[in-house]
Amino acid sequence: MATQHSRSAARLMMAPAVMLLLGWMLVPLIMTLMFSFKKYLPLRGGDLGWVGFDNYIRFVSSSSFWPSVMTTLIIVGGVLLITLVLGTLLALLLDQPMWGQGVVRILVIAPFFVMPTVSALVWKNMFMDANYGLLSYLWEFFGAEPIQWMSQASLTSIITIVSWQWLPFATLILLTAIQSLDHEQLEASEMDGATTLKRFWHIVLPHLSRAITVVLLIQTIFLLSIFAEIFVTTAGAFGSKTLTYLIFQRVLESQNVGLGSAGGVYAIILANIVAIFLMRIVGQNLDK
Amino acid sequence: MGRIVLEKVTKKFEHVEVIPPLDLTIEEGEFTVFVGPSGCGKSTLLRLIAGLEDVTSGSICIDGRETTSLPPAQRGLAMVFQSYALYPHMTVRKNIAFPLKMAKMDQAEIDRRVTTAADVLNLTDYLDRRPGQLSGGQRQRVAIGRAIVREPSAFLFDEPLSNLDAALRVGMRLEISELHKRLKTTMIYVTHDQVEAMTMADKIVVLQAGFIEQVGSPLELYRAPCNRFVAGFIGSPKMNFIEGDEAAKQGAHAIGVRPEHIKVSATEGAWKGVISVSEHLGSDTFFHVHDTGLAETITVRVDGEVSFDHGDTVYLTPRDDMIHRFDANGLRI
Repeated sequence: MATQHSRSAARLMMAPAVMLLLGWMLVPLIMTLMFSFKKYLPLRGGDLGWVGFDNYIRFVSSSSFWPSVMTTLIIVGGVLLITLVLGTLLALLLDQPMWGQGVVRILVIAPFFVMPTVSALVWKNMFMDANYGLLSYLWEFFGAEPIQWMSQASLTSIITIVSWQWLPFATLILLTAIQSLDHEQLEASEMDGATTLKRFWHIVLPHLSRAITVVLLIQTIFLLSIFAEIFVTTAGAFGSKTLTYLIFQRVLESQNVGLGSAGGVYAIILANIVAIFLMRIVGQNLDK
Repeated sequence: MGRIVLEKVTKKFEHVEVIPPLDLTIEEGEFTVFVGPSGCGKSTLLRLIAGLEDVTSGSICIDGRETTSLPPAQRGLAMVFQSYALYPHMTVRKNIAFPLKMAKMDQAEIDRRVTTAADVLNLTDYLDRRPGQLSGGQRQRVAIGRAIVREPSAFLFDEPLSNLDAALRVGMRLEISELHKRLKTTMIYVTHDQVEAMTMADKIVVLQAGFIEQVGSPLELYRAPCNRFVAGFIGSPKMNFIEGDEAAKQGAHAIGVRPEHIKVSATEGAWKGVISVSEHLGSDTFFHVHDTGLAETITVRVDGEVSFDHGDTVYLTPRDDMIHRFDANGLRI
């Protein structure tokens, strides 16, 4: 009896929070779904009625759709590659006993605390500016022509900025994974004649595989929706328009809410596919 | 094959000297057990021989080859760890084959050796399982398998049985002894359990605080311990030590009598006392006797059929030829 009572009481008390979260999620979702089936141009006539799957077809057949998907994939892939490789190396480095370990670890995490807009602007103006950016001085120091980062290497710039932001996350997760590696396993492989490189390949990397998958999937979900970094640097120009940015342009720049909403639904489907994989793997991890 | 000579080996961590200068020779084919209380430096000593720790000074020769500065893999030794240290993501087969693969051995030869090892250790049915799917004893055997495929000049065991339950421990103890009889390879075995030391060793090295207290065969150590520490450490239950008048009568600072060398009688004997606790093991019975007029409680080991109980008055008589005498420094007289 007592358990049942406290259970129903608990449900009652949780209800407001659950309702709020549900509403928070459902209202925008339903509105997006609704608008995606409508021709809705706020500045050019407003709601012009239902149009069926018109918006979905138009969004996919637009000339900027496939390039934006490619750009998204390049950015997500590039950032994942950089953060995972550098993150593993950094984690290995930070695992070594050294003086001032605590301070260094906090410094490594620091970029994660900087807001995306701020870090993108700092990179854009302090490092990558063609006239007074630090990188320009570096290029000039070696007698090279400074690169117009935002226009000549827009994707590289964005990938660099986003990688810088996400490297701490990868490093942190991989570091905790490395620290949980049984020391005797490393010693055993040392006795077995494995060189440092082979030890890494045969012992450390397999041990990290789960952590790597988790980093991979969590980052993918967040990277699919990066926006601020593009907005404040290239504003979608020079081939840096991702799927998310395309939706933004459709809704706010072209003032076509219906078309943008259809793109949004595509993005939801994509994110959910990734999320299913993520939950499965994290779930398996917890089972162990 | 397998003669290990340590000369003036020392080890310091920071400024703490864990191993003071130490000389030790382990003969070819010998089963040597390092035994001592925890923190006595026995594992450190093993790790120095393995090369997992660097010696601070001194030299280690294996088969007449100076190996002090060689990396672990080139010393020709194989080690079995306390936690087994199996590679969890590899099957048993891959675990056992790992050292051979690292040595870039021919695949056919690897297969042959893995099969032989699996056969010897009864692992044939488990070759395609992962360590996580094995029991403690099976994991232990995989760890041993990984060691024997390399055909090393000596095996190093670092408390390999301490993670097993009591029954399994006795079984594995036998298996390791049998393995040694069959392979006739030098084995160095670290344990804090004197029973393991007594049952398995050809030679026991008793360590305390990094010092070698005594080296000898199990029975030498049992019969003629060279000081009070060894006398107390070897043998179970512990030897009784008696100081004061009783010892002075024997011309010693302290005398020691093993529990099994004391006769118990209901009517007459040297010391009269009262039984406080009697422990019945079936085969043996241990009596803890106090109020003997001696300072300490005396432990006595008698046949399982002898029946005295809590509160009974008994008379104890030590066997004269089995009394160990020690001077004020604890050394044997």
